[in-house]
Amino acid sequence: MTSSELLRGDLSIVADLVRPGSRVLDLGCGEGELLAHLREEKGAFVRGVELASGGVAGSIGRGVPVFQGNLDEGLADFPDDFFDVVVLSQTLQVVHRPMLVLREMLRVGQRGIVSFPNFAHWRNRAHLGLRGRMPVSAAIPYTWYETPNIHHTTIPDFRDFVTAAGGTVVKEVALAANASGRPHRVAFAANLRADTAVFLIGRA
Amino acid sequence: MAATQTCRRPWEETASAGVSEPRTLALDGALTLAGKRTLRGVEVAYETYGRLDEWGANAVLVCHALSGDAHVAGTRPGEDPETARPGWWDIMVGPGKAIDTDRFFVVCSNVLGGCSGTTGPGSVDPDTGRPYGPAFPLVTIEDMVDVQARLLDALGVKRLAAVVGGSMGGMQALSWAVRYPDRVTAVVADATTPRLGAQAIAFHAVGRQAILEDPHYANGDYYGGDVRPDSGLAIARMIGHITYLSDESMHTKFGRRLREGDDYAYEFVSEFEVETYLAYQGARFVERFDANTYLHMTKAMDYFDLRGEAATLADALRGVRSRFLVTSFSSDWLFTTAQAKQLVAALRMVDAEVWFSEIESAYGHDAFLLEPEAQYELIAPFLTEALVESTRRAREVTPL
Repeated sequence: MTSSELLRGDLSIVADLVRPGSRVLDLGCGEGELLAHLREEKGAFVRGVELASGGVAGSIGRGVPVFQGNLDEGLADFPDDFFDVVVLSQTLQVVHRPMLVLREMLRVGQRGIVSFPNFAHWRNRAHLGLRGRMPVSAAIPYTWYETPNIHHTTIPDFRDFVTAAGGTVVKEVALAANASGRPHRVAFAANLRADTAVFLIGRA
Repeated sequence: MAATQTCRRPWEETASAGVSEPRTLALDGALTLAGKRTLRGVEVAYETYGRLDEWGANAVLVCHALSGDAHVAGTRPGEDPETARPGWWDIMVGPGKAIDTDRFFVVCSNVLGGCSGTTGPGSVDPDTGRPYGPAFPLVTIEDMVDVQARLLDALGVKRLAAVVGGSMGGMQALSWAVRYPDRVTAVVADATTPRLGAQAIAFHAVGRQAILEDPHYANGDYYGGDVRPDSGLAIARMIGHITYLSDESMHTKFGRRLREGDDYAYEFVSEFEVETYLAYQGARFVERFDANTYLHMTKAMDYFDLRGEAATLADALRGVRSRFLVTSFSSDWLFTTAQAKQLVAALRMVDAEVWFSEIESAYGHDAFLLEPEAQYELIAPFLTEALVESTRRAREVTPL
């Protein structure tokens, strides 16, 4: 297996949006799986930030430099324009201050890549609309009382959010898992059918 | 017994680095210090563990803190391993431990200005035949590092897989990366800072004042007499101890408990447990430590500024070729996480490869001496990678 086959589905879409040789910062990078892939496959200069201490320890063996830090405190230690692209993968929904984080991303990086679970996916709508229950799914696998996901959003709501944060949407990819669990792109009725969205954003 | 063997985690490894022979090296010629003064006849006390590999790539220099010495792990010859107190970082250095003596050639030496075998203010000045005392020149962290480099030259160690140090030892490790960039593959900067804050300098100043005002200090020239500035040194150590602990750890360890009974004596006697503890630490310290060395060590730390002559810390770090593991401890208010983050930010500016983790601990600054598990999780893989890179660099210089 190559490192790309090991990547979580939306991460391979994220990786496709990164140009070779880019300087990449991954926020909420875990043990640096995506960054290791980007360095090997794209020759990227990579750095990561992770809240969990286990992420720092796990990143060492991958040779991916990771700083332990809390995104809600901003990225004050990072200078403007230090990176070509800043990645926020499946992390937006857990931060306390999404607006601060998005603005900081677009300050330290020219571009941002954000992936998040689409709360408007039909399964979630069915859970809430038909069954009257809080949604629990593969993309949102937590009960309401245990979820770290405190800021759910939808594809159109995220577009508005990017504009409000002073950014612009460059590209968006809507994804849905097929029967085998692998993600495929969704073109038609994306906000209903996609369980995950990946946005490439820039400065307005 | 073998049948009931339990699975031991690496950081619980109790295997000892074994018997460590104290050695001394006499440096050739004179040593020129940062303050332009020179020292002749410098001797360096050191210990080694493990073996240097065929590439000369697996050496790790461990740098000790204010009150440490060359005896980092294991026991001394003639000591009973069951009862003897092991080296000061035995939790980290030994077979299977974070700094694995089965894989690394570990070197630790007493710093210049010390009082545990390396030339310091209590050593005999070859020019006068008497102890230096007040004549001993102020030494800097950089001077300590230069002496370590001379020691490694003599041991045939050309490159270091890593320099590892906590507190003042971390200052030395950082200084190594700047002064000898081509020799150092990796740096572990543990519970340290690129420069002390005003609060830490203030506590040092009070400690020094306690020594300087002790009537037995005799302007530092007390070696010939029967008495030494023990009272001043003990007070300095007590102050130091307070700064190494945290409010939480003191509360847990002592609370407001009294040494005996529940009633106050209504006298100025040592009755709270915390008082007794500090008095005991002070009394034990003066048995093994020299007041002049205490003055020199604290001053060297106060003077230390990794920035040096450069305009910014990042500028000073521009030439480094090492990767860095920077760790701080959440309850350490002496060498703070904020200071560690300043170091990390400066390293990041020059694109150095740096890993940073703030380890959760209630132990305050002392945590680096007391938290083997969290440090193992970071330092063990970091040194494994450092060895790979150090070997690669060694083979680049001398291919087969």
